Amino acid sequence: MSAEIVIPYNDTDRPDTGLYNAKLGVWLFLASEVMLFGALFSTYILLRVGADKWEHGAEILNVPLATLNTMVLIASSVTMVLSWAALKAKNFPRYRLCMGLTFLAGIGFLIIKSLEYKAKFDHGLSPATSTFMAIYFMMTGLHALHVIGGMIVNGYLLGPGAKMWHTEPRRFTNRIEVAGLYWHFVDLVWIFLFPTLYLLPGKGM
Amino acid sequence: MSAHTHDHEHHAAHEPGFVRKYIFSTDHKWIGIQYGVTSLVFLFFGFCLVMLMRWQLAYPGVAFPIGFINQWLGEARMPGGVMAPEFYNQLGAMHGTIMVFLGVVPLAVGAFGNYLVPLQVGAQDMAFPKLNMSSYWVYFIGGVIMVLSFFVPGGAAQSGWTSYSPLANVTVTGGTELISRLLTGQSMWLLGMVFLITSSLLGSVNIIVTIVQLRAPGLTWMRLPFLVWAQLVTSFLLLLAFPPLEAAGIMQLCDRVLGSSFFLPSGLVVSGKELAVSGGGSALLWQHLFWFLAHPEVYVLILPALGIVGEVIANNTRKPLWGYKSLVYATIFLGFMSFVVWAHHMFLTGMGTTINAFFQTTTMIISVPSIVILSALILSLWGGSIRFTVPMLFALAFLPMFGIGGLTGLPLGLATADIHLHDTYYVIGHFHYVVAPGSLFALFAGIYFWFPKVTGRKLNETLGRVHFWVSLIAINGVFMPMFIQGMAGVSRRLYDGGLVYLHAQDVLVLNKVMSHSAWLLGAAQLVFVINFFWTIWAGKKAENDNPWDATTLEWATPTPPPHGNFIEIPTVYRGPYEYSVPGAKRDFTPQHVAKEA
Amino acid sequence: MSADHHPEAIKKQVGLYWKIFWALTVGTVLTVAVSFFHHWGVYVAVIVALIIAVAKGTLVAGYFMHLFHEVKWIHGTLLLTGFFFVVLMALVLWTTSDQAGRQTGVFDVPQRHVEPHKTEAH
Repeated sequence: MSAEIVIPYNDTDRPDTGLYNAKLGVWLFLASEVMLFGALFSTYILLRVGADKWEHGAEILNVPLATLNTMVLIASSVTMVLSWAALKAKNFPRYRLCMGLTFLAGIGFLIIKSLEYKAKFDHGLSPATSTFMAIYFMMTGLHALHVIGGMIVNGYLLGPGAKMWHTEPRRFTNRIEVAGLYWHFVDLVWIFLFPTLYLLPGKGM
Repeated sequence: MSAHTHDHEHHAAHEPGFVRKYIFSTDHKWIGIQYGVTSLVFLFFGFCLVMLMRWQLAYPGVAFPIGFINQWLGEARMPGGVMAPEFYNQLGAMHGTIMVFLGVVPLAVGAFGNYLVPLQVGAQDMAFPKLNMSSYWVYFIGGVIMVLSFFVPGGAAQSGWTSYSPLANVTVTGGTELISRLLTGQSMWLLGMVFLITSSLLGSVNIIVTIVQLRAPGLTWMRLPFLVWAQLVTSFLLLLAFPPLEAAGIMQLCDRVLGSSFFLPSGLVVSGKELAVSGGGSALLWQHLFWFLAHPEVYVLILPALGIVGEVIANNTRKPLWGYKSLVYATIFLGFMSFVVWAHHMFLTGMGTTINAFFQTTTMIISVPSIVILSALILSLWGGSIRFTVPMLFALAFLPMFGIGGLTGLPLGLATADIHLHDTYYVIGHFHYVVAPGSLFALFAGIYFWFPKVTGRKLNETLGRVHFWVSLIAINGVFMPMFIQGMAGVSRRLYDGGLVYLHAQDVLVLNKVMSHSAWLLGAAQLVFVINFFWTIWAGKKAENDNPWDATTLEWATPTPPPHGNFIEIPTVYRGPYEYSVPGAKRDFTPQHVAKEA
Repeated sequence: MSADHHPEAIKKQVGLYWKIFWALTVGTVLTVAVSFFHHWGVYVAVIVALIIAVAKGTLVAGYFMHLFHEVKWIHGTLLLTGFFFVVLMALVLWTTSDQAGRQTGVFDVPQRHVEPHKTEAH
């Protein structure tokens, strides 16, 4: 009655689909995230087109800091995929190093982001100030929440979750791949967010 | 295949404790039951809300006759026993929300989907059992937040289940403190929705991966039970359509709590004063994002029901479903089209004629697969050896009821006719026909059908027939008059049911007809509740593991199915509806039975 | 993708990942540099920004997320999602221009002109 259930295709691929379960699962989840951020980009477009005046992002927002943050996130994507490659090469210490760097980069991103936000609040800019500020805080805020979520997962896989490497190495490697897919997606969203909010010209100002 | 290298050997003798087994279970069957019981309670609660509303509609301005309820609700909600308009609006908004998001979808997808999909595909559990467990508890929390919203200052959300801006933005906003703005009905509605949407998203990922990855050997796509196809398409709808509403919900919450103006246009005047906000927002944006979900949502409400009806009909006609392939392709096409019709809910918002024509066209196109599916189910009856079991009664009634619901949708989908019918009782009649004697009847069919597999006992036949016939008559009494009222021009969401309008005078009497029918309908459900509990405790045991002589894999397990479902994973050799196969020994051949030599 | 690779193959992958990193860096610098060009209108700016972002995104998705080597199920899901994403953006945008009696926005649609109604303040 209490025999453990074994769910197949957690570490090997199902032959006819060529997928292991978590990979399909995470891509489906990412598809839903595309629709989530898609709705926000739709919002940006609708609000901007309907507005008489629209702020020039580069004049209000901190482009140098955000550019730095872009590089931080891109670097973290590289270290993330390198951590997976390390496991495929069965190099656990290198995995630890790369995942650790990814985690640190995440922290860096959040620190820079909080500096940005603090500067806005100090200047009296908030979501209530204008629809531009509202969509800025909404998009970057939701993105930052996703960064935090990813860091929680990465932190777990760096810490207590890493025990699985010794018992089920293939399944653990798959977990890193899946976590990586999520993390790259977070980077991908930022790649579109950054020019949209910070770099596009204004309107009627 | 998969490695057995986990260190579970020394846990093998461990029975999980009570909490692990019944509260935080990861077994899809128990989670399905949790969803089922919780959703039935919410359905009953949501129905009670409307039974209360129907008093005000039938006897406007008259004190509610049940004294202790008036006392319990209090003077603020029922001053002098007469319903306050704000409370009427709360009941209306929450009735819709609870029935759709806490009732029907969790029952159709969370209960039936969770319980049946792994069994019907021949799997031991869902692909992600722990995620499944989390999905249920996130739903539960969302439900609690929704119910608690009745008890905060200002009461529950009162801007309709559609929560249109700017009304939803400016109603009962709370005070200057952030927490007081969060603890308002509409804000809690939005917070609750975030939880419910998250639960749905996680659940849909689980169902899709289970169907794609965990099908038993030999279970090819075209051998899947129609119910599984329906659940697959439903899950894709939930996956891709819900996120825009989640985004919109967070934005409306931001508007209410942080003072942004996503949905507030410039220069808005409320109660004589111009709103002190930045403006520049768009109320229409809310409608787009809301309906982008809410249209596919209605197909989420109906597709699992169609799946259940398919299973019950095949089993009780002792023949395969007619047009299996057309059912599958129509369902897939329906799911796809459901994403491009949403603005037929917005015909009267000032969109131009070209856009209106576009959405009208897609809406007419989407009626085609619906008709194909309904026709295939009806044609499946032809030449069948029909067994009028209680599940079959509900499934048979579903067909014309869904037909009425579907057909009355057509004038609403045509922009010109919609000018007259939009936001009238005609709309309420239309969508209730599809969801109430439509989906809900199908779900009852499912409960009566699978009850013996879940509990080992069959629900009492006599009580079942009483439940069916009284419900069928009463439910038509509630919703048929709505078409008449709607065509006469009676608007929806009117506190007094049209009392003060000249154009409504001739049809006012129908309010009493509908209310009395609704109360009769409520009484009929008590028969079901009694049957449900009595059978679990003392009902007649089913004669064997497959009391309906069915062919699909869930009937090939012990009763109730143990943890892990199958003693060994079955291999599938045939399609799902091999009833009355010429030359076979019995009038049904289960899927896992190998071809005779 | 979960088949074991030879050490050489993995080393080549790692080399490729670093090349992508440099490409993404160049892309980022380019995006910022190009944004200083004030001489072109909004439409051109949006298109240029989109092209660079899509290029960067393709590299991340194609190589880091292994999309170039992925299976039909994943491609299919993403194609479907992409389609609905475009539908959401395009149709909502369309409503900004095709309005009863007026036309503003991206697409011009021939319509009979109707004066916007102005309500008198009471």
